[in-house]
Amino acid sequence: MTKFEINDCHKKTIKEICESFGNKRSELINILHRSQEHFGYLPEPVQLEIALNINMPLAKIYGVVSFYSFFTMTPKGKYPISICMGTACYVRGAEKIVEALEKELKIKVGEVTQDGKYSLDCLRCIGACGLAPVIMIGDEVHGRLDPAMIKDILKKYE
Amino acid sequence: METIKLTIDNRQVEVPKGTTILQAAHQAGINIPSLCYMNLPHLAQEHKPGSCRVCVVEIPGRKNLVPACATECADGMTVLSHSLRAINARRTVVELLLSDHPKDCLICPSSGNCELQKLSITMGIREINSVENAAMSTYRKDASPALNRNMDKCVMCRSCETVCNEIQTVGALSAVNRGFMSVVAPAFEQELTDSPCTFCGQCVAVCPTGALTAVDNTFHVIRALADPNKFVVVQTAPAVRAALGEEFGYPPGTSVTGKMTAALRSLGFDKVFDTDFAADLTIMEEGTELLDRITRYLDGDKSVRLPILTSCCPAWVNFFETNYPDMLDVPSTARSPQQMFGAIAKTYLAEKLGVKREDMVVVSVMPCLAKKYECQRDEFKVDGNPDVDYAITTRELAHLIKIGNIDFETLKEEDFDRPMGESTGAGLIFGVTGGVIEAATRTAYELFTGKKLEKVDFHELRGMEGIRTASVNFDGTYIHIGIAHTLGNARKLLDGIRKGMYNFHAIEIMACPGGCIGGGGQPLHRGNSIVLKARMDSIYKEDFNKPIRKSHENPEIIKLYEDFLGKPLSEKSHKLLHTHYFSHPKK
Repeated sequence: MTKFEINDCHKKTIKEICESFGNKRSELINILHRSQEHFGYLPEPVQLEIALNINMPLAKIYGVVSFYSFFTMTPKGKYPISICMGTACYVRGAEKIVEALEKELKIKVGEVTQDGKYSLDCLRCIGACGLAPVIMIGDEVHGRLDPAMIKDILKKYE
Repeated sequence: METIKLTIDNRQVEVPKGTTILQAAHQAGINIPSLCYMNLPHLAQEHKPGSCRVCVVEIPGRKNLVPACATECADGMTVLSHSLRAINARRTVVELLLSDHPKDCLICPSSGNCELQKLSITMGIREINSVENAAMSTYRKDASPALNRNMDKCVMCRSCETVCNEIQTVGALSAVNRGFMSVVAPAFEQELTDSPCTFCGQCVAVCPTGALTAVDNTFHVIRALADPNKFVVVQTAPAVRAALGEEFGYPPGTSVTGKMTAALRSLGFDKVFDTDFAADLTIMEEGTELLDRITRYLDGDKSVRLPILTSCCPAWVNFFETNYPDMLDVPSTARSPQQMFGAIAKTYLAEKLGVKREDMVVVSVMPCLAKKYECQRDEFKVDGNPDVDYAITTRELAHLIKIGNIDFETLKEEDFDRPMGESTGAGLIFGVTGGVIEAATRTAYELFTGKKLEKVDFHELRGMEGIRTASVNFDGTYIHIGIAHTLGNARKLLDGIRKGMYNFHAIEIMACPGGCIGGGGQPLHRGNSIVLKARMDSIYKEDFNKPIRKSHENPEIIKLYEDFLGKPLSEKSHKLLHTHYFSHPKK
């Protein structure tokens, strides 16, 4: 992955996001939320730009980003894959699904493939326990999985 | 004021409404132990995150124990600070804190000064259940020129974070990550040198454990002293003499100038000099610069930048270089006394004594951590050789004296060597907030008006308030002066100037509470304002008793200009005694 280079257009976007929340420090979480929505993740230069706009120490912003697991400093792939590790999925073999995905994509959970196509994350229950074990790729749910099915599913997302 | 009555450990207490159990207990002579709690009344900062739970007490009838630091007293309340339940809970809390804490107390830089160690001793903890199985957090160590971070020893009291963000508004440190991995660190866990840290050292001054400690140069000094080819001279900052005694059991505010001088000579320094001499020199340069700017301004020169800001404090210099890169031409270009001393020692003095520059080692004893960084700055080196080789703190000097097997108490008082040990009361008060500007005023008044200043004490410039203002009558012309101590107050003043709110001619800024007397290199005062006040009084008392109290009357300074420098702001002065600033905005 190439390093995120911030340009004037990015800066303008961040400025607008911060302004839409009145440049208030108390709105930091909302600002981070919206920024992550836009950029897909929160690389260092984006956090610095937010710090400059709302006049807050960068360390404090990083403190919030690193505290909440929702915020991420690594980019997601074109097809973000989330594996459900909720109780139902777990007992029905979610760990095996993780292993299969890691093997197939040659990355670990929390990482992105070299080509930027896939990223792998775990989450808790998505409310589809009847289909356990399930994964989500983008907005699509795939259920009643066994490790052998992984290869074919990934083929749909080239 | 509405008061309430309660009972703590069978003692009746009456306190104002809103008082916490911890404060009420303290008032009744009951010292409930605490760890994360920090109270800095002179800075109006009470830090009570309630995170360590060491101060838990029992309130009969309530289901849970409560933290005394964060629980308000209620009328008719009964509090048990040492019930079996409270003691057991407190012990468990401390045991858990110790379970993932390194057990290298014997060689820890904070050994003997550590609040966690004291707690463990007080509570009589002799074993920690299942400690062998406890997971240890391991963080990267971070070494800077002034202070070290060893976060394995952090107990997450976050006092440093409060000091760095609320009092200093530097914003270098914040709690990051979560759960077991949580730690206080700069953004992206970068190193302090890459962060906006100013090396003021106030985080070290409040850290209860060995997580944040000062860089120790003691052994560099011992090696230099042992080298027969080195000529080692030492300078001592004004604030050091007002606090060094505390390390040897003297009450705060005992001035130990004579004993300190004797101890340094006994340690083997070839010459024992005084930074106060260089402070007098600073006044000659900075005061002349101030007068020059004011005179030109009053004559209608609109290109003059006013107010002039003092530049003696290296943490303050770091602060404005980082936060106010657009105002780099506002501060005085005069170097700090430490650096002026080094520059003169390695030229004028070296020449006088026939010592080669590379054979001379200049050691400075400072109340400060930022001085360690300052003396390593490239602009204060000649062909790689620094003007000041090593800066050590007041605490390190106390340590050196102990290593040197010197019985401090029985030392006979001695005087500084000449020429660079001659100083005035004006140089001495550099150690307290308001002192630099008072010293400058004493000299500037006489140079500006051509009249003798009869009343040397400017009480309107003294005190402990964070921001002070005064107008001094220079024979009909009023000079408006601003004073700020702590970087947070400096920021308030500077933001005001940017907005055009103030009309000052001169501003003095010191980064530490109370000025250098409250520096990060001083005996740890843990925010005790009585200690600071005592040190301050001791400095003003010593100034009052000095035969000469104006910098420009220092005979050795007069001689230095006659023999070597010419006059203030001369070409030679500019080369040796002035500097320039660099913009390095960091967030």
